[in-house]
Amino acid sequence: MANMHQDTLHNDLSHDVIHHDADHHEEGHGHHKESFITKYIFSQDHKMISKQFLITGIVWSLIGVFFSVLFRFQLGWPDESFPLLEMFLGGWAKGGKLDPQFYYALVTMHGTIMVFFVLTAGLSGTFSNLLIPLQIGARDMAAPFLNMLSYWFFFTASVLLFISLFLQTGPAAGGWTVYPPLSALPQANIGSGTGMTLWLLSMAVFVVSSLLGSLNYIATILNMRTKGMTMMRMPLTMWAFFFTAILGVLSFPVLLSGALLLIFDRSLGTNFYLSDIYIAGQQFTNSAGELVQGGSPILFQHLFWFLGHPEVYIIILPAMGMVSEILAANCRKPIFGYSAMVLSILAITVLAFLVWAHHMFMSGMNPFVGSIFVLFTLLIAVPSAIKVFNWIGTMWRANINYTPATLFAVGFVSMFISGGLTGIFLGNSTLDIPLHDTYFVTAHFHIVMAMAGGFGMLAGIYHWFPKMWKGRQMNDTMGAIHFWVTFVGSYCIFWPMHYLGMTGVPRRYYTDEYFNTFNMYENLNVFISVSAIIVFAAQLLFVINFFYSAFKGKKMTTENPFNYNTLEWTTPIEPGHGNWEGAIPAVHRGPYEYYKDGHDFIPQTTPDSALK
Amino acid sequence: MNTTLLGLIIVLLVLIILFQISRAGELIGVLRGNNMTSQERNNKIHGMLFLIFMIVGLPLSFWATWYYKDWFLPPASSVHGAEIESMFFWTLVATVPVFVLTHIVLFVFSYIYSGSATKKSYYFPGSNKLEMIWTMIPAFVMILLVYQGISSWYRIMGDAPADAYIIEATAKQFAWDFRYSGLDNKLGNKQIKYISSENAFGQDWKDANNKDDFQADTLHLPLNKAVLVKINALDVLHNFYLPHFKVKMDAVPGIPTQFWFIPTKTTEQMRQDLNNPKFEYELACAELCGVSHFNMRRVVVVEEEAKFKKWLASQESLYKKQNVAAKESNTTPTTASQQTEENSSATTSKKVSLK
Ligand code: HEM
Ligand SMILES: [Cu+2]
Ligand SMILES: [Cu+2]
Repeated sequence: MANMHQDTLHNDLSHDVIHHDADHHEEGHGHHKESFITKYIFSQDHKMISKQFLITGIVWSLIGVFFSVLFRFQLGWPDESFPLLEMFLGGWAKGGKLDPQFYYALVTMHGTIMVFFVLTAGLSGTFSNLLIPLQIGARDMAAPFLNMLSYWFFFTASVLLFISLFLQTGPAAGGWTVYPPLSALPQANIGSGTGMTLWLLSMAVFVVSSLLGSLNYIATILNMRTKGMTMMRMPLTMWAFFFTAILGVLSFPVLLSGALLLIFDRSLGTNFYLSDIYIAGQQFTNSAGELVQGGSPILFQHLFWFLGHPEVYIIILPAMGMVSEILAANCRKPIFGYSAMVLSILAITVLAFLVWAHHMFMSGMNPFVGSIFVLFTLLIAVPSAIKVFNWIGTMWRANINYTPATLFAVGFVSMFISGGLTGIFLGNSTLDIPLHDTYFVTAHFHIVMAMAGGFGMLAGIYHWFPKMWKGRQMNDTMGAIHFWVTFVGSYCIFWPMHYLGMTGVPRRYYTDEYFNTFNMYENLNVFISVSAIIVFAAQLLFVINFFYSAFKGKKMTTENPFNYNTLEWTTPIEPGHGNWEGAIPAVHRGPYEYYKDGHDFIPQTTPDSALK
Repeated sequence: MNTTLLGLIIVLLVLIILFQISRAGELIGVLRGNNMTSQERNNKIHGMLFLIFMIVGLPLSFWATWYYKDWFLPPASSVHGAEIESMFFWTLVATVPVFVLTHIVLFVFSYIYSGSATKKSYYFPGSNKLEMIWTMIPAFVMILLVYQGISSWYRIMGDAPADAYIIEATAKQFAWDFRYSGLDNKLGNKQIKYISSENAFGQDWKDANNKDDFQADTLHLPLNKAVLVKINALDVLHNFYLPHFKVKMDAVPGIPTQFWFIPTKTTEQMRQDLNNPKFEYELACAELCGVSHFNMRRVVVVEEEAKFKKWLASQESLYKKQNVAAKESNTTPTTASQQTEENSSATTSKKVSLK
């Protein structure tokens, strides 16, 4: 049945795109009765898949953020004991204090979950799926079946990582960057046993999911735009998702290869990353009893960061795209410098492949190589700056309507400025000597990636919520409270971390008490931890709002109550599989014509002849 | 326990109250009909809040930085550290104005352009001239920063002076071990294979340079003399991190790394400058290396060269300590093949580069 449905869908697609044959589509929903399983579980409807990504992402984000609250307890109150922790965590928190091994497991899982499962799958997976067909005017993705697989591979990756949380020896604990030899040798860390095996398997499956998704996004954007939707008429979200997918396709395979070699080192006795190791009172030998020599731990870092750096742009580009769209639509103004925005995304995409080794300035890499990476790294600040100026330009003489989405979009711009500027410090290898692996880096990437990326994602959820949940909207008041607590709270958490960084306090320390140089920030650490708890509570308010509104929220009564221009607001309030009931509308103009020639807004579907 | 529970209950109550208030607001809105004035009021409020956030936030960020400035690391106790500080200063010069100005513009716009039904926005899709300007200026500033950065980088990472004193730092889970090159300033060869309970570094006793190498638990450094630290690790990655000297370099199993620098302040001097008689320079690990990564502290002592030399001379070499000579005469001599195996970490005081 799913297949039958599939076929009709494809016939319709070819009709629409090629002939623009108007009448014969009462397609999708009404015609075929779908079973619960094909509709909600193994669905091939991009909108349902998008919701699956989102719900999974929200569940993961609650777990991931909760982990950070747990380890903030340790950092804020290192001497206190919390019996409640022991109650829930048992041996991992004997006497109400986190065990150091468990602390590192939490930090590692927090990073992995937030970077890959929340801000990659949860963000790009949700919104690429939801918006690509809706905004370019397509009935579904180019390959809906692969799209469905993409979600289920992600789900499998989730399950694998989730299982690792319950192992006797705990999950991986070598940091989200899993540098060998630490991650390769169970005798170096108990988390590097089964926990690490599951981490690697989970990541391998995750890469498959990401590739299936990305190839689909690229194919769909290139081939399935409706009539009149030229590339330069696409909303900036589409450009952002397009380049994000390209980044993913070109860089994730490199992570996979890095992970595979690590799996080989761990299980098959190879030594791509291992050399001259003496551990636990013994030489590390091969099966012939000879000392293992010749591998390079630095090789892994190159492979990891060849993905790892593009990965941070895989996170931020979709957020940038959505922020551009949301800002323009709610400023009731065209985005400032559309082509400059497209070109800067392109520049970021190209440069993103040329900067990976800025994470390795202190790895013992050749200093000459390092200097090349300084150049490209600081150059990437230029397209980033262009984007900021254009967002601000968009707000100039605007008529801003502060929906919760707009609030988060403005918050995004502020966060991106603050965090981008600290990148200029870190990107300069000379300055990276004192700053590398200190809290300065933690502050930098949380503000520019975690906060900005998270704000972009939240903005997107508030903005497109009606397109996901039968035309229902989220509650604005709760949204506003959520925004202000999160915005102020995030700065309270991460701004002070710069100070720790300028005192040289290393990141990934279970406690600073052993060093006179680092141990004076007790009060500030309490402040940070309290802020983190408050921000976490505000996210609970968001979750309440989300689920309440999904079932009971205010319903839109017309297709486009907010007077937006883009195609998704021409679909029915409750679009079925196939999105438009009649023919797919043709497009006659760009997406940002607000207040042009005295018209409040001009939907992309409006032909010139309709404008007088 | 009770306080934690109480905290949780309070959080829960606050959430419920906010939820109910928000819902009530929505219901009232539905009853009144979707009137535009409430939307306008809403826009005014948020525009105002952004402005307040800026008016409070920007000065607060400066005040807080000022407040904590004495807690930042004191001026670097090394020659190259001063160069890094200058780089930091110029990067601040380039970034702080951008931070302040963009935020002022962002939030002032948020305020004055908050929307209403009576206003209209100004249709303006962009300006190529402006795009050019705000591309060229950042690009130019970046090039300047890159230029200064790379010049310093090459000086810092360049070859150590020929007379640099050579010290070896070896990291393992979870401690640093130091091997001094003795009076000859030459470290003897070492190999993992030779490591034993009597030979912690795996020194090759047939290498004469090993005869005066000694081990120390405290890192002693001479004032105003270049020291070249040869860095390596036995098990996993570590990082040789001296915050006060602005020294940081990974310790990598199988791949020796190094860092050279010139200490410019004795421990004694620092104690006086900081008015803290208990002050010690510290060595830390800055690369996650396992469960006790946060606990790899060593004390570093900088002293005048004469004092340092005296300390050097007073140390007993490992060769002597382990009484190797006596033991060797009892065992059969090792084969020649072992002689040919070179460990790249072993080196002499000849010119060294990282390449
Ligand atoms: C203005 C442009 C930027 C520059 C020059 C820059 C530079 C750097 C550098 C040099 C590091 C390494 C610091 C160290 O480990 O010592 C770093 C870390 C990081 N950056 Fe950026 N960055 C920029 C923007 C961004 C953006 C836009 C994102 C993400 C959206 C991002 C995410 C990260 C992350 C996640 C890390 C830390 C990874 C880790 O070690 O765990 N950065 N950045
Ligand atoms: Cu990077
Ligand atoms: Cu360490």
